[in-house]
Amino acid sequence: MSDTKKIIEIEVLRYQPESDTEPHLEVYKVPFSDDMSVLQGVQYIKDNFDGSLTFRWSCRMAICGSCGMMINGIPKLSCETFLRDYYPNRVRVEAMAHFPIEKDLVVDLSGFIGKLESIQPYIIPREARSLEQGEYIQSPEQFNAYIQFTSCINCTLCYAACPQFGLNPDFIGPAAIALLHRYNMDSRDGAAEQRMELVASEEGVFNCSAVGYCSEVCPKHVDPANAVNINKTNAAKDYFLRFLSPKGGSK
Amino acid sequence: MSKRRPYVRSMDGWWKKNPFFVEYMIHESTALFVAAYAFVLLVGLIRLGQGEAAWNGWLEAMKSPLSLVFHLAFLVAIAYHTYSWFVIMPKTLPPIIVGGKRVGPAAITGGGLLAAVVASIAMLALVWRIAL
Repeated sequence: MSDTKKIIEIEVLRYQPESDTEPHLEVYKVPFSDDMSVLQGVQYIKDNFDGSLTFRWSCRMAICGSCGMMINGIPKLSCETFLRDYYPNRVRVEAMAHFPIEKDLVVDLSGFIGKLESIQPYIIPREARSLEQGEYIQSPEQFNAYIQFTSCINCTLCYAACPQFGLNPDFIGPAAIALLHRYNMDSRDGAAEQRMELVASEEGVFNCSAVGYCSEVCPKHVDPANAVNINKTNAAKDYFLRFLSPKGGSK
Repeated sequence: MSKRRPYVRSMDGWWKKNPFFVEYMIHESTALFVAAYAFVLLVGLIRLGQGEAAWNGWLEAMKSPLSLVFHLAFLVAIAYHTYSWFVIMPKTLPPIIVGGKRVGPAAITGGGLLAAVVASIAMLALVWRIAL
């Protein structure tokens, strides 16, 4: 191909915990072709300029959710973001915002993993059924109530987009609340009350000020802002109806 | 011994780092204009309770050139507040199902804006009739 000689400058935020006191930017001149993603550009740097450059990736087709980065300040999956869209300008690549940087482009996701566990992301059956009683039946309408929120790939771009999470890292945040909502909306599940305690807690939905950027950056159109804001209403209902029927966070 | 030393970046000036956040801060700050104008109307109500002279004084103050400039600024800010409010509305509502299909975000935003325009025109017509 004739365009393989094009050179783009990729500016990478580097942080080596063993030697650096704070992150710094380094610029690399990377030859690229029109079909090269930002991830491939970063891989080129690792293969040809500096083998110590550290980043996460796996599937290269926007389904594993590993390669999230800030690309020119916008949270994106680097595998589905193309260098040609930035050329001839320089493109800046940084670790996902609001998370602690572990090394270079790798962030510490342990807080997020803990939140995922805390929301009980599995069906806790509403009623126990024996094998003889058969499967749990669900209508298309019941299925449609939650299917959108099953699409999350845990890329955490929504956290990198959420300033409220940046200001309060204890906030359960968009993706975990979207998954919480997915199980609460499932007709087979019976644990919504337990999860609502978390929704209404100090770490819950009222940290959200409806910036809405989480839904804008979501590569799978989960619309986590919608899940968070629906649960503000749900938590408020629990609060105001607590004298009639105490439940959720208002027991 | 662990070599881990996770680096936490500062959130100072976070809202200046992304055009989306700048717009967010602008549309959120228009709420101050809504509150300020509610305060202006509240003062009018208090003056009305204080008798005819006080009420006419308030009306005169509302007609001053400075007041008209402020009113124009309030109109722009509150119009933008209304617009941004309905733009975010699809993200805040539970799904609305009509005829088995979910109503899309554009229809919710458009419907909200239409309702705001109709309500504003109705209010204007009502006030116009009283004033004449």
